[in-house]
Amino acid sequence: MPFEYQNLFTTVVATSPPETSISVGRDDAEREGKPLHFRLLGKIGDAQLGPIYLGWFGVASLLCGFICIEIIGLNMWASVNWDPVQFVRQLFWLALEPPPAKYGLSIPPLNEGGWWRIAGFFLTAAVLLWWVRMYRRARALKMGTHVAWAFAAAIWLMLVLGLIRPILMGSFSEAVPFGIFPHLDWTAAFSIRYGNLFYNPFHMLSIVFLYGSTLLFAMHGATILAVSRFGGEREIEQIVDRGTASERAALFWRWTMGFNATMESIHKWAWWFAVLCPLTGGIGILLTGTVVDNWYLWAVKHHIAPIYPAVFPYTPDPALLQGVKP
Amino acid sequence: MTSLSVSSVFLRIVPAGLAAALLLTGCEPPPVKTVQHGYRGTAMVQVYHPATLEADAAKNAPPEISPTASPDGPKAGAIYQNVKVLGDLSVGQFAGLMVDITNWVAPAQGCTYCHAGGNFAEDTLYTKVVARKMLQMTQHINNDWKSHVQNVGVTCYTCHRGNNVPANIWFRSADTAPRGMVGWKDGQDAPSQQVAYASLPNDPFSRYLEGAEEIRVNSVTALPEGPANASIKSAEGTYGLMMHMSSSLGVNCTYCHNTRGFASWELSTPQRNVAWYGIRMARDLNNQYLDTLAGVYPDYRLGATGDVPKLNCATCHQGAFKPLYGADILQGHPGLVAPKAMDVSAPADPAVIPAATVSDAATAKDAPG
Repeated sequence: MPFEYQNLFTTVVATSPPETSISVGRDDAEREGKPLHFRLLGKIGDAQLGPIYLGWFGVASLLCGFICIEIIGLNMWASVNWDPVQFVRQLFWLALEPPPAKYGLSIPPLNEGGWWRIAGFFLTAAVLLWWVRMYRRARALKMGTHVAWAFAAAIWLMLVLGLIRPILMGSFSEAVPFGIFPHLDWTAAFSIRYGNLFYNPFHMLSIVFLYGSTLLFAMHGATILAVSRFGGEREIEQIVDRGTASERAALFWRWTMGFNATMESIHKWAWWFAVLCPLTGGIGILLTGTVVDNWYLWAVKHHIAPIYPAVFPYTPDPALLQGVKP
Repeated sequence: MTSLSVSSVFLRIVPAGLAAALLLTGCEPPPVKTVQHGYRGTAMVQVYHPATLEADAAKNAPPEISPTASPDGPKAGAIYQNVKVLGDLSVGQFAGLMVDITNWVAPAQGCTYCHAGGNFAEDTLYTKVVARKMLQMTQHINNDWKSHVQNVGVTCYTCHRGNNVPANIWFRSADTAPRGMVGWKDGQDAPSQQVAYASLPNDPFSRYLEGAEEIRVNSVTALPEGPANASIKSAEGTYGLMMHMSSSLGVNCTYCHNTRGFASWELSTPQRNVAWYGIRMARDLNNQYLDTLAGVYPDYRLGATGDVPKLNCATCHQGAFKPLYGADILQGHPGLVAPKAMDVSAPADPAVIPAATVSDAATAKDAPG
């Protein structure tokens, strides 16, 4: 048998009549679009496109998402005096800002954070409606609801940043602006304001699960691709009739690190790592400013931050010097 | 077959890797030099790019040293009319300084940039009124702000570098207040050179170098005690000011701070102390000298909101950690150091000078040296 490497992107694309899938009762009517086949899509996945199940929740979600993006986009465009060229050139810098601190949790003027509150409302609605749709589709197919709960973990982090923590802090000015660079600068400013987020143990955990997820994904993806020449990617067959592919994959890891996951457990590992990343991250954000105000000082207090030898002569805070003329 | 597939994989990966490397190096071509500036392993490193250093070095070459004039002989104040600041210099020193100022500030226009042609004593040109105030400001810096300029001091050239108006000045930003129904951006979210092209609040100068808004945003306790002392938005404001300082001096955050605990003075370098006084100095000069020139300038010198030109860190530093790399530029310029007898009466319009300036000047006069 020639060891021809046939994946990542298979060269064989099957052509067949459209697959209409199982009936889900009265919801059948909600499936939109005539199925199409694209050869290029077949190179990276299934060649068939559609039909999509949109449903009322899907329509409502897309509508809310559209309204949110319109509010953000039009505010950005207005901020460059409706100049289309500047809108494109400065797009990465532009943002819809949350209200200033002076308004706290009260309703701010429309053009001083009011639009931000409305956009935030529609974004939240869009995301929650999409979650409901995802949950209901899984149920309709008699699946578990793992995907919906994984999505809920991400929604948790989003709501902590934009809604729950600002309410606990008593001000929507604590929330994130809608913008590309502005939300990144906000992230840096957040860490600076609260004395270095890297000393936040839940931030540490979040990073572990983020990088851990990529590691697990690489290990799992690589393992399955490596045994695909033995049919290892055909999971269904492997579950009922473990062939040499699964055996080899397990054996490979037992040889290289002594321990191996199973066909089922590897997915639990991956799911929990992915889900715990935003879950722990959200807890870390929630504790910041509410329970801990300066993570560096907190880490010093609890002997987490190591002390390095001083290499510079100590210069005391000049603001504390009494009677010294500048 | 195996070797064939391995080589074909290489043929695909290597060009992709090269393309990615090229894309990245498009940002700042190597080599970049790093200099350790703190305890090992703490990432306290200064990053220098040779091309940037070269460009900054050209901008920061010290001026030629002018011949020292004798302090003997009659005083300028006794010989010339309307000499309000430099009257205590000898005529030789006075003339020498005037020639230097011409070279530093108006090399193309000459004496008549400030002096009306017929009578050098007249104050008819606005430039002369501004120049007098700037001389007082220079004396004030060299006498009262040694905590920042130390004994190196400043001359007109430190900022002007041969230009009528220093290359780096600032005006208040016009568009911070919400206007109309949409498009408010809270004084930020625009690519501004003032904050090193971040989307941070792009007029940190009105807030911190003219106004005295609180720069410190960290709490001094691990846990919250009492109401929050600063918002994230105020942290963004501070961050904008720090980006300005960093790009003005051509240094990283770690030149002054240990980034594990920005606020901690125990972890900071001695440079942070100098910078702290620098912020106060800029604030003092903007309020006591530059803002008092309101009404003196013609309209074309004013900003969008009609405010006078003001200074920030870049005005002097111009990319160098010390302006002109700390060259000894004060040598032979006693007129720029010692405010002598007549300085209190010198302000063009004493009514607009806040009391603090007068008391500062008085203290300086009493101080030795």
